[in-house]
Amino acid sequence: MKPNLILHVVAKFLIPLIIIFALYVQFHGDFGPGGGFQAGVIFSAALILYALVFGLDAAEKIIPSHILRILASLGLVIYAGVGVVTLLLGGNYLDYTVLGSTQIAGQHLGILLVELGVGITVAAVMLIIFFSFAGRGRV
Amino acid sequence: MDFFIGQYNYWVVIFLMMVGLYTVISRGNLIKKIIGLSIFQVSVFFLYISMGTVEGGAAPIITEGVKLYSNPLPHVLILTAIVVGVATTALALALVIRIKESYGTIEEDEIHKLDHSL
Amino acid sequence: MDHISLLLVVIPLITAPIVAVLPRGRLPWAVTLVVTTLCALLAGMQLWTVLHEGVISYELGGWAPPWGIEYRIDAVNAFVALIVASIAAITLPYALLSVEQEIPEEKIPLFYSALLLCLTGLLGITQTGDIFNVFVFLEISSLSSYALISLGKERQALTSAFQYLIMGTIGATFYLIGVGLIYSQTGSLNMQDIATILPGVVHLKTVDTGFAFIMIGIAIKLAMFPLHLWLPNAYTYAPSVVTVFLAATATKVALYVMLRILFIVFPHGFALATPVEELFIVAGIASIIIASIYAIYQEDVKRLLAYSSVAQIGYMVLGIGFASATGVTAALVHMFNHALMKGALFMAVGAIIYRIGACRMDQIHGLGRAMPWTFGAIVIAALSLIGVPGTAGFISKWYLVSAALEQSAWISVAVILFGSLLAVVYMGKLIEALYFKPITETGKEVTEAPLLLLAPMWTLVLANIYFGLDTNLTVGVAETAAATLGVMKP
Repeated sequence: MKPNLILHVVAKFLIPLIIIFALYVQFHGDFGPGGGFQAGVIFSAALILYALVFGLDAAEKIIPSHILRILASLGLVIYAGVGVVTLLLGGNYLDYTVLGSTQIAGQHLGILLVELGVGITVAAVMLIIFFSFAGRGRV
Repeated sequence: MDFFIGQYNYWVVIFLMMVGLYTVISRGNLIKKIIGLSIFQVSVFFLYISMGTVEGGAAPIITEGVKLYSNPLPHVLILTAIVVGVATTALALALVIRIKESYGTIEEDEIHKLDHSL
Repeated sequence: MDHISLLLVVIPLITAPIVAVLPRGRLPWAVTLVVTTLCALLAGMQLWTVLHEGVISYELGGWAPPWGIEYRIDAVNAFVALIVASIAAITLPYALLSVEQEIPEEKIPLFYSALLLCLTGLLGITQTGDIFNVFVFLEISSLSSYALISLGKERQALTSAFQYLIMGTIGATFYLIGVGLIYSQTGSLNMQDIATILPGVVHLKTVDTGFAFIMIGIAIKLAMFPLHLWLPNAYTYAPSVVTVFLAATATKVALYVMLRILFIVFPHGFALATPVEELFIVAGIASIIIASIYAIYQEDVKRLLAYSSVAQIGYMVLGIGFASATGVTAALVHMFNHALMKGALFMAVGAIIYRIGACRMDQIHGLGRAMPWTFGAIVIAALSLIGVPGTAGFISKWYLVSAALEQSAWISVAVILFGSLLAVVYMGKLIEALYFKPITETGKEVTEAPLLLLAPMWTLVLANIYFGLDTNLTVGVAETAAATLGVMKP
């Protein structure tokens, strides 16, 4: 790919901002609009922008696809695992109340963990979709 | 007249629904079929979201001094439906790429011709 | 053990991503085998609990219904969940060799992961008491089955998976529209809650429209005639294991959703006030006759069986159409028995494919003599499909005919018997090709299928005979289930 100075500079400026915004949306999800789905997509958008500007190979060096596959599974396991933990603590499935000392603390922690799982899976799956479409047909 | 203007959201939904369904049925190009399918799904998202609106209600985020909120449940349902829609589209596109690789075309009639000649 | 109903869904859900990242080899299969067996045991326990202790209600996240999602298990769900889970458990031993031959090695972990997700979806539909949750699980199972079907060896697998995806998504979206319209009038998504609110708003056109959308949506998933067009292709080109699993479970679960919506969600008599009953009877009759005739002319054995499946779905739809306790019992019993016979038949065909790599009518001449055990399985399952006394198929036909006689529906009786006659013709054609035609000389010695394929196949065949003689489990449970559904007409 022919290096393009303007694109490189703008991308390097934008990517950290996009990632910070993704993290904001992720961890602000329990107070206001936001959450794992949106954050995951924004996060993956940052890496997709990187791949578009610097090339697929460079992007795959940052996150190789076998790690993406593990991450996608990990997110789902975190989500389902929180449910199993609540079961073990004596509550119903995904009954976050039992996670904390008070109901509010429990619900807070629970939704944070679940959204984290969702965020990881969504980001990883979006990147897998992008890489498998973009990488198709290359030798 | 109120029948048309007062319920304009439903007219939009019906219009989009028909456009989507018609595209799916009438087009032979597989990508166009997927586009039609997406439009069809999106029309349902509109149906749900417009249904959840409460006249004069604010966005369902707890803010001081606001008494009336829109119904947040349809939003949550549609968030799930959007995710399902994205997954469907991604899977459909993946299938189309594989079809293109093994048939060399994504036109339905040409695919049928190729299969019968075998 | 308060959590049985939940664990049935969560165990396959949590194993699916783990299986996807396991190394190649036989480990993914082993894990899946353990999980499906566990699910079958849990489903059995669940049915036992429901029959002895009554309805199970489970509140997800501790949110009380109707605000939270409720898993509500009565005899109907428990029965269907048991069918799905046990078919999965029986299919898995069969899967090992068949999958190793038909699926590229690097895709095997993902294959089992998708199979587990499909199981999650199907079990989820049976467990949940939330009408929107049904949509989500329906799409989980459908999306994974599109992916599973596309893994078939021939390239037509891709086009049939695409066709199924388009039709399946339209069906699911129709269902979603219907749910939205119902929600707009009742403000609830909990099935029990909707059932109590609906009588007050039942005169509204919106409710009628929502009902129609939901019915059409599920009818597509159910492959109810004339919305069955996706099914023959999908079953023909899918890998053998996938065909066995889907043929025995997916349409059954859709039928269950239809029963639940018709008899529990909508108030008594609602379905009777609309022409839905007649429509069901007409669709049932049409699919029995037309699909059976189509089956006679098929040259591909899997496609023949797929058309036969459409015809068998016709019997179940007919049973629902009678809207009587006997009719619904017949539909539920046939649901179970059809899973047994079609499971056995598709397994036998899969064994033939395992040996010769194809299953066109002209390629299997004389194979019955080279593979006596597989052939025996086909013969017994075929007898069951036809409805010969002493096999499971006879029981369901018997109940169906009695349901028709109760209402003096002579045409339906004639059609049921004529359908059996057509089944004799198409199964006879298969058996003739397998046994009475001279072997085509290919220079290749064909031997009996390995034990690992035969054992699950014969388990199902023996079940066909067992449930043809001892009807306590099937008919008893189905009658309890029909009573739970509270079917109105005598």
